[in-house]
Amino acid sequence: MSELTLLLIKLAFLAVLWFFVIAAVGVIRTDLFGSRTAPAAPARKAPKPVKPPAKPKKGEPRQMVVVGGPLQGTTIPLAETPITIGRANDATLVVSDDYASSRHARLFPQDGQWIVEDLNSTNGTYLDRTKVTRPTPVPLGVPIRIGKTVIELRK
Amino acid sequence: MSAPGVEPVPLPAKRRMAQLVMLGFAVLIVMGAYAAVGLGIDQKIPSGMLTYGLGLGGFVLAAYLVLARFAPWADPLILPLVTLINGLGLVMIYRLEVGAGGKGGASATSQLLWTAVGVVVFAVTLIVLRDHRSLQRLTYTAGAAGLLLLISPLIPFLGQEINGARIWIGIPGVGQLQPAELAKLALIVFFAGYLVAKRDVLALAGRRLLFIDLPRARDLGPILITWGLSLGVLILQKDLGSSLLIFGTFIAMLYIATQRTSWVLIGILLFVGGAVLAASIFDHVAARVDVFLNPEDPKLFERELGGSAQLLEGLFGMSQGGILGTGLGQGYPGLIPLSFSDFIFAAIGEELGLTGLMALLMIYALLVERGLRTALAARDPFSKLLAGGLSFILAWQVFIIVGGVTNLIPLTGLVTPFMSQGGSALLANWILIALLVRMSDAARKPPPQAIQDEGLTQVFQR
Repeated sequence: MSELTLLLIKLAFLAVLWFFVIAAVGVIRTDLFGSRTAPAAPARKAPKPVKPPAKPKKGEPRQMVVVGGPLQGTTIPLAETPITIGRANDATLVVSDDYASSRHARLFPQDGQWIVEDLNSTNGTYLDRTKVTRPTPVPLGVPIRIGKTVIELRK
Repeated sequence: MSAPGVEPVPLPAKRRMAQLVMLGFAVLIVMGAYAAVGLGIDQKIPSGMLTYGLGLGGFVLAAYLVLARFAPWADPLILPLVTLINGLGLVMIYRLEVGAGGKGGASATSQLLWTAVGVVVFAVTLIVLRDHRSLQRLTYTAGAAGLLLLISPLIPFLGQEINGARIWIGIPGVGQLQPAELAKLALIVFFAGYLVAKRDVLALAGRRLLFIDLPRARDLGPILITWGLSLGVLILQKDLGSSLLIFGTFIAMLYIATQRTSWVLIGILLFVGGAVLAASIFDHVAARVDVFLNPEDPKLFERELGGSAQLLEGLFGMSQGGILGTGLGQGYPGLIPLSFSDFIFAAIGEELGLTGLMALLMIYALLVERGLRTALAARDPFSKLLAGGLSFILAWQVFIIVGGVTNLIPLTGLVTPFMSQGGSALLANWILIALLVRMSDAARKPPPQAIQDEGLTQVFQR
């Protein structure tokens, strides 16, 4: 075994090691660019769509973001299923907040809109500044206040 | 596919395929490393390559299958990263064992055995613990268990003193175990549960002085108790590493829970006070500081126990490695005392060089990043604190040992997670990874279908 071969093996091994690191970063690339990369890939394969499918329908939110309170930074992707918020352990978003009820509020989709409904909570749910008394549609980017937690719907 | 015109709702992808590919890649790298070791030492591919490589591959494939069945939404990177670190550790231990001709304590077979046990424990944790939030109910049980495990080496007959530190317990038939490794996990569960309950009072009460919010004096209880505990570990067991590890993790979790800088400042002040006190009173601490300050002093170099020979040999080894290293199997890492456990980082530095060490640190950093990402995505405070604490302790442990080996901070005996030879640490770290996987599964899972019927809720409305 010549010196040169050993040198080449050594360099190749280091290169492969770094390639692993780069591949690992590639796997988590979606973290940086959000979930948008996921639907964009199949869209490209579709034969000539009538309208650009990568864009969501106008005003249709894709995720719920906690913008204030102890859970700040949490995002929940919006699917077809309703989202419950409260202190109960089975809620989708569990808030530990003395001002929140165990089943505080519910968000559900209806005809392409997301509706917020207060579940008879003690301290109430606020959409922007107004108290939610009956199921109300939530526009994009308008804060919903539940105790100390503030959430928003975003694209 | 969904109906035309309706956008498919984007969900976080499971990334099963990516995980499998990365796992295969990691196992291939490890087998390549075995081959390189053999070629470097005696010019032929070692017979152990297939047994060790396929053994590791089989274990992680089993771990992957359990993960795919019981935690399908888990983060795709955690398992491959751990596999690569664990595998490189195995290769290095194998290399040191061959290099020393089987003498000197390095044993790749026993490490492979412990890896198998670790994978089994990983799988059992995933299968048994379906919802990590049930750990929150065990807050105080975990605290008591952690304390008991921590002090168990002090019990006469059970505890044993090895190399000056009383951190081992002997179990007939199995050998020695370091209960402190498992105690760390129990204590983190306790800290997380405790801080969720108490975070409001720790975060809000107090008054503002100049530019920092000072907590009330009576709220200092928990931090003082933890400080006392870690000092106790330092004094009674002479274990600097665990002491620093426990206190640092508690401070970090306190900061995560309260977002108050004053806790970090108080923690650092208490730590500096404790360290100065310990260094001036206790010989074993003072010796470490001496070695840290003047490693090239001939008197210290020749000292039998607690001298600077090990540290200097490690530094020489890494300087011998330089940027690209000597190549696997072509350096002399066997010259470093304990190069298979505490100083495995220096051994790798000699053979893989700065380039290899940086890749290794990147892999650790990615692992910690995945853990912190899990903490961010978690939906309840207990999971956030637990995931944050577990990832922090991993990063903190790597910092303490790598900092010690490179003489950035005084050397404290700690294992390099997943690399150093040692069963208890490997076991505890595999459990830690199982907990992280379990939490990342819960955090990335799409929201569950609501159970209640539309009509029923209407009844309760007004």
